[in-house]
Parts: sequence; structure tokens; C-alpha cells
Amino acid sequence: MARKNKQDAQLVSDGMKRFNAIRPSTNVLYSIIFILLALMCVIPVVFVIIISFSAESSISKVGYSFHPTEWSVNAYQYVWQLRDAAGRSNILRAFLNSVGITVVGTVIGLALISTMGYVLSRRSFRLRGVYTTLIFIPMIFSGGLLSTYVVNTQILGLRNTYWAMILPLACSSFYVIIMRTFFATTIPDEIIESGKVDGASQLRIFLQLVLPISLPALATIALFLTFAYWNDWYQASLYIETNRRDLFPLQYMLVNIEQNIQYLTNNESFMSADSGTTLPSETMRMAIVVIAVVPIMFSYPFFQKYFITGLTIGAVKG
Amino acid sequence: MEKLSGASKVPRKRKPRFTLDDMQLFLLSLPTLVWYLLFCYLPMFGLMIAFKKYRVAPGKGFLWSLLYNSEWCGLDNFKFLFANNRATTINMFRNTVGYNAIFIVLGVVLPVMLAIMISNLHSQRLAKITQTAMFLPHFMSWVVVGYFVFSFLSTDNGLVNRLLIRFGGSPVKWYQKEALPYWPYFLVFLHIWKTIGYSMVVYLASLNGIDASLYEAAVIDGASKWQQTKYITIPMLKNIMIIMFIMAVGKIFNSDFGLFYRTTRNSNSLTSVFLTLDVYVYNSIFNSSRPVYGYISAAGFLQSVLGCITMIVANAIVRKVDNESALF
Repeated sequence: MARKNKQDAQLVSDGMKRFNAIRPSTNVLYSIIFILLALMCVIPVVFVIIISFSAESSISKVGYSFHPTEWSVNAYQYVWQLRDAAGRSNILRAFLNSVGITVVGTVIGLALISTMGYVLSRRSFRLRGVYTTLIFIPMIFSGGLLSTYVVNTQILGLRNTYWAMILPLACSSFYVIIMRTFFATTIPDEIIESGKVDGASQLRIFLQLVLPISLPALATIALFLTFAYWNDWYQASLYIETNRRDLFPLQYMLVNIEQNIQYLTNNESFMSADSGTTLPSETMRMAIVVIAVVPIMFSYPFFQKYFITGLTIGAVKG
Repeated sequence: MEKLSGASKVPRKRKPRFTLDDMQLFLLSLPTLVWYLLFCYLPMFGLMIAFKKYRVAPGKGFLWSLLYNSEWCGLDNFKFLFANNRATTINMFRNTVGYNAIFIVLGVVLPVMLAIMISNLHSQRLAKITQTAMFLPHFMSWVVVGYFVFSFLSTDNGLVNRLLIRFGGSPVKWYQKEALPYWPYFLVFLHIWKTIGYSMVVYLASLNGIDASLYEAAVIDGASKWQQTKYITIPMLKNIMIIMFIMAVGKIFNSDFGLFYRTTRNSNSLTSVFLTLDVYVYNSIFNSSRPVYGYISAAGFLQSVLGCITMIVANAIVRKVDNESALF
């Protein structure tokens, strides 16, 4: 009987789908619209990849083009050869800086966000009211750029340090609230009580009981953080002076080579090594863009669903 | 969000002062607490520069200079914004609020429309693929987007100019004054381009949560597709639309800095088009020969306070309309 009902329901919903669907002509129209929109979002990336593989001669002939007259991997070779005064690869350094900042930042961020989220989700916590206010105020009021900048450079001494690119982005009230909502709605009180009965401290309960069953939410936050750190150029532009190239992440390197890529190289050594050839600067820039973009481009489709989870958790009020 | 006003109405039993449990939780949250104090509350305290005539005390730190070496000057710093520098001030407020108003309207209408459309596509596969593709710009930084834009608009090699030449037009210097009238459209387009996939997904998530039986009942009553959208889908999306709306209105005095600063390459000839409050503050600190902290801070203070007020007002209005949807 139950099975029959289920089958009926399935039939009804199938029938509904067929009966209530948009007309085929409308469907074609919609499909075309979405294909165009999708292309609009993907084409710029493809374009930049093509430019990075164009020969410089092609660019001087036909400009940036989807079908260059000549292909070349020169840009990547030159980018690889960009060296600083000590002969170390600039691009590798920037890449490793980006990776390092992203990894360390994500770990620190996760620690800060998840602990606070957990504490806020404990109804018995004495300071819960105070904390909620404390977390809430920064969502509607902030000190603004100047004040933040002055505090970070003059009081906290973050100028020209990796921490300047890590700490300011490590936590945010929005993430804390996502985490709190997750803990409050999905972790049964019994688990925590059972931990307490066994004499475990809150730290242990948090680490050994709560975290292992919160992996989906942690993954979501971790992804938000990872992409934010990887894409960040703003903190670097605030706190890293332009002569500290050794601290540049990829994104900030891109900002600095916008006008002049020679700037990156220790000019003489480069030129002598290559006996007077000029740099293919146009394609080199695009090659660096590609290096910054490709890791994201190929990873985000797999992580997309976590983002969506995050969005929906965030929208639920606690 | 937790309702902040009014503690719970039921009188609670007096708890023992501060149990071991509370202590442990406090310690667990201590690092984050310190983070909040250093990175959120200290800068708020720093806003007092806006009311001081900041003078550097040689050899002393910033705090000393601010607290002991700088006199209070009331609202003098704000006078600068409205007297000496009026045209710039008006321009930047107009840009900030103007662009945001357009972004808010389009940022609600277009994604809702597209979300409804994409949910009606016959092919689920196509829907999935296009949705993923449209999500891509969200993951690109504005620096990278700046390069995308450059590849199209570069004066010498840009695709647009090359096409213009090929079809007999004359090339345009896109980053110079002559292109000024186009840039507002570019900026709006870029903003929508970058955010639409993300917002569409937000609406799609709540769209999928609508009870299918509502539509079944409507079909049995003979409702057309348009009527279903109007009487079921839109009302069901109302809450999330309102929440997204308040969040956007609350940020009406903030601008998407990267959009305005990077895609235009901070080109001097285009300043009047992209000078928003954030750009003004940033440029005053980093690209001016003698930054006057008091003035910059005054602009920042105004931004923070106005932003806070708009957020609270927007939320109050929403609460009047529909208590459930209010953010706080």
C-alpha cells in the first residue's frame, strides 16, 4: 500500500513536470539566454588564456585576439625567468606566498571562527548575551579604513609582515554566526552533556565530540576563507610597501605589474642573460593572470555545493 | 539572528556566579575575543581622530600623539568636507549612493528573474552547467577582472578597438576622458556580471525549498505559469528578497572598492565617474602627498555612522512590514 502511494506520488510529480512545464519554444529561448550568459562569464578567462599563449608578434599585428596568428609559450618561460637580485624566482616566491598565506590564514580563521561559534551556541554560557552584542556590533558599525590602517600599522606593527595579510581577514561576524547557527541546530545537547558527565573539559568536548561531526560546516567556512585569502590583494596594497617584493602574493604582484613589468626584474641581470631581447610584457602579464586564476577555475566547480550550503545556513536566523 | 532587545521574559533562576564551565568556554573564546578587540573595537576607538586636530609628536607613538598631542576640535574636520571641498564631497556621495541604488534594484530584480527562469529549464543538465559557469566571476578578484576588462578595452591591443578599426570605426581611448560617458554603464555591467551568479544561487536555494504541492494545487485550479510565478513563487521568495535588500541597503554608503578602483585602473581622467567614499579615503591616504588624517577620518566617520543608521532604519521598516524577515 505504502509503495503504491509512493509510486502514485512519483507519477503525479512526473505528470506535473510534464504538464506544468514551460512551452518548448520558451524553453529554447531560455536555453539560449542562459548559454549566452554562461559564455559571457567564461569567455574572459578563456580570452586571457589565449592571450597568454599568443606570440608577441601576433599581438603587435592583430592585437589581443581569439585566434592569434602565432602561438607561443614564451611568456611562461620569461615569467619563470623573472629573478630578484638574489637570483630567486619572483613568480615562485609570489605563488608560495599566496599558498602560505591562504593555508595559514584558513587554519587560523577556522580556529577563531569555530571556537567563537561554539561558545555562542552554548545556551548556558554566562556571558552569552554580552558576546552576542559584541559580535553583532561590528556587523553594522566599523572604524573605517583610516582608523583600521593606523591601528594596524602604528599600534599592532603589522606593516610589511605576512600577518598583515592574514590576521585582518581571519574572522568575521558573518562566519561566526553561520557557525553558531550550525552548532545550535545540528549538535544535540545530549552529546555535550554526555561529555560533561564523563568529566571532559569544554576544550575536549569541542575538539573530540563537536568538531568531528561538524565537518560540513567547517568545510564551508574553510572554503570561504581559502578563496578570500587567495584572491586578496587589498590587504597587501594597504600594508606591504612596494619595495618589499619578497612579501607579495600573486594578486598584489598583478597590481604592481599593471603599468610596468620591468619593475619586477632586476633589469641588468635579466637583459644580459638574454642578450638584449625585449620582454614580451603583454603576454607575460596575462600569463601571471592565468597562474593566479587557474587553480580557482579548476577547483571551484567541485566546491560549489559547499558554498551553497553556506549560503543557506547563513540565511537561517538562529 | 538573536533578538538582542529584551532578555528572555521568564525570570531565570539565579545561576552561580561563574562556573568552571563558563570559565572553560571563556578561555576557548579568548583568542577570538582578542581578535575582535584588536581588529574591530580598537579601530572604532580610533575614530576619535575625526574630532581631533591630529598632530604627530616626534619620537612618540601614534597613541601618544593622538591622546596627548592633538587637541579636540569639535566638528572642524567635517567643515572641510562641506565647505572647502564641496564639489568633491557631493560627487563622491552621489556616486556612492547612486551606484549602490542601481546595484540594489538590479541586484534583486535580475537574479530573481533568472533564478525563476533557470528553474524552469527542461534540461537539468543545462541548468547545472550554466549555473556553474555563471558562478565563476564570483571567484575572481577585481584585480583579475581588471585584466579581463583591459584585454577588451586596451587602447592599442584591446579587442574592442581592434574590432572598431576593422569595421571602419575609430578607436576610443577607453581609459581617457573621452570614454567618460561609457564608464557608468561599464561599472554597472561589471558589478552585475560578477555578482549575478552568486545571487541567483541564493534565490535558487530558496526556490527549491518551495512546497511542490502549492504548484500542483495551482495547476488544478488552472493557473497559468505566469500566475503561478506571481502568486506563489514571488510571495514565497519575499523573505529572502527582503533580507538581501536590507543587507544591501545597510551597505549603501560602502562601495565595492575593487570594482571602482581596479577595473578603471584608477585612471585620473575617469575619477569623477568612480570617486566613491572608499576610493576617496584610499586615495587620500595612499596617493596624496600630504594626507590630513582629520579630514579623511571625518569622511570615514560619516560613512560608518550613516551606514549604521541606514541599516537600523531599513531593518525597522522591514520589521513593520514583516516581523519574521527582520534581520535583528
